[in-house]
Amino acid sequence: MAPPGPVNVTTKRVAFGAVLGALLVATVLVSAILGQLPIAPSEVLGALLRGVGIDTPLASDDPVIDQTLWAVRFPRVAMTLVVGAALAVAGAVMQAIFGNPLAEPGVVGISSGGALGAAIAIALGLSGFGLWTTAVFAFAGALGATILVYSVSRSGGRTEVVTLLLTGIAVNAFAGAGLALMLFLADTASREQIVFWQLGSLNGSRWPEVGIVALVTVVGVAAVLAQSRRYDLLALGERNARHLGVNVERLRMLSIVAVALLTGAAVAFCGIISFVGLVVPHLVRMVIGPSHRRLIVASALGGGLLLTISDLLARTLVAGADLPIGLLTSLIGGPFFFFLLYRQRRRSGGWA
Amino acid sequence: MIRARGVSVELGGRLVLEDVDLEVRDGEVLVLVGPNGAGKSTLLSVLSGETHPLEGVVELDGRPLRSYRHEELARKRSMLTQENAVSFPFLVSEVVAMGRAPWARGPEGRDDWRIVRESLAQADVAHLATRRTSALSGGEKARVALARVLAQRTAVVLLDEPTAALDLRHQEDVMRIARSMAGEGRAVGVVLHDLALAAAYADRMALLSEGRLVAVGSPGEVLTESLVSRVYGLPVRVVEVAGAPIVVPVREASA
Repeated sequence: MAPPGPVNVTTKRVAFGAVLGALLVATVLVSAILGQLPIAPSEVLGALLRGVGIDTPLASDDPVIDQTLWAVRFPRVAMTLVVGAALAVAGAVMQAIFGNPLAEPGVVGISSGGALGAAIAIALGLSGFGLWTTAVFAFAGALGATILVYSVSRSGGRTEVVTLLLTGIAVNAFAGAGLALMLFLADTASREQIVFWQLGSLNGSRWPEVGIVALVTVVGVAAVLAQSRRYDLLALGERNARHLGVNVERLRMLSIVAVALLTGAAVAFCGIISFVGLVVPHLVRMVIGPSHRRLIVASALGGGLLLTISDLLARTLVAGADLPIGLLTSLIGGPFFFFLLYRQRRRSGGWA
Repeated sequence: MIRARGVSVELGGRLVLEDVDLEVRDGEVLVLVGPNGAGKSTLLSVLSGETHPLEGVVELDGRPLRSYRHEELARKRSMLTQENAVSFPFLVSEVVAMGRAPWARGPEGRDDWRIVRESLAQADVAHLATRRTSALSGGEKARVALARVLAQRTAVVLLDEPTAALDLRHQEDVMRIARSMAGEGRAVGVVLHDLALAAAYADRMALLSEGRLVAVGSPGEVLTESLVSRVYGLPVRVVEVAGAPIVVPVREASA
């Protein structure tokens, strides 16, 4: 079933996909090259090839370089890609089920809910689920926050901006208080970890953690991708979607769990990184339109790209320092959010 | 054919429909009329399966509505609601294509784009096909929603105030479309406020008042001076123009 759209629309979409992919590869390579220890592009390529079992003369003989790439930079870049994808897709799904382009995991408090869950696990020294413990608690916190925000802020099948943002303020305030309490209770080492959660950082990503986040992200994205047609119908409002055969209640439940999974996995290991879920789907929609199948796929790529660029800046902007990534995304995302708010307010002629 | 039997509905602790029996037969246009708050939209919503009645049942082709699965029901009946807002700036053609969603897995899917084009033309929005819904006027949005409902191609079609946002010509267009669907053997239920429009296009009319069905029958049987005056709380006269009754309020100046 091909849409009867003009040819240039298709061309635009293909071009967008190609540009996105090319930028992604380029940024990943630059990320591997730049850092405290500069590594030549050829050495990066050599290390990658050796990683897949092809030995070339390009690869460096220096074990420090190999070590730096495989133990520090590659896992960090991989983590950045999956976390960016998870957050952007979570944002796109939230916007679909709230029927509102301002919904985003960070803004409405789902990320802080997840961070609170993670902080509880750290401060109380829980380890019931092994390596997965923080992730499980982050997921539980994110799920609780999502359900709370969703049930409070909706009326008549849509969400008003004011209600959504006020709910977000309340959830963020509560989670902030919980985090402060955990800071108070925790010992010094745990405190540092919790502060790290609040600011968000991709520093110190390790392969096993990357594996967990990647697994959850793949499952979450696949689950929502299968619903993309139904998200399109949901844009007509819940009643109309129902008349078109969508089981809205089931879709809603599935989406809430997916958003909590995606956000929880990202928050569990990288802390609160706001606005990725807001900025990326919005930009994608502006270029290729709101159809959700394309939107979700492009948001996953775009989220990875945006976060990789942000992380590159976080590592290189101040020599010798690793800025918290959450600080950087909020620096970009904050003004963007103001702009969207201003535009939506002007369009609907009030705070509706 | 869709039939409500002994239907009562409670909303917010108030009985908004009480013991209503009504059927929309294949091949007819049935128009629901009545004052504000009489329960017209609620009755339509009950017929669509969206609102579950407190008592009574709704049957579609002899089977209770509740026994249908979501998609199965969407292939049998379509409904135009009064909510025409679209959350994201989809293209008009994309919105109308959404009407084909219930058929996506069936053999009917192959004809989808032909049906979408026909529906766009029928609702007079073909020229808007490549526009974004965010750039449409209220009347255009309403017609796009109608095109989407037409694209659903169901045996039962329910329209809740389809003419509310439309100009004179498009009001007539919509009712003509309703008639032609009935002509194809489909069951068409419409909620209208305009009694003249209702009388001109209805096979049968149903008059609701305070949640009860007051009269059902041909426009001539339902639109009598005494009945309309009583239900609407306003003295009226009924005159006949071109074979259809027209209700005119008795006004001081013209009396």
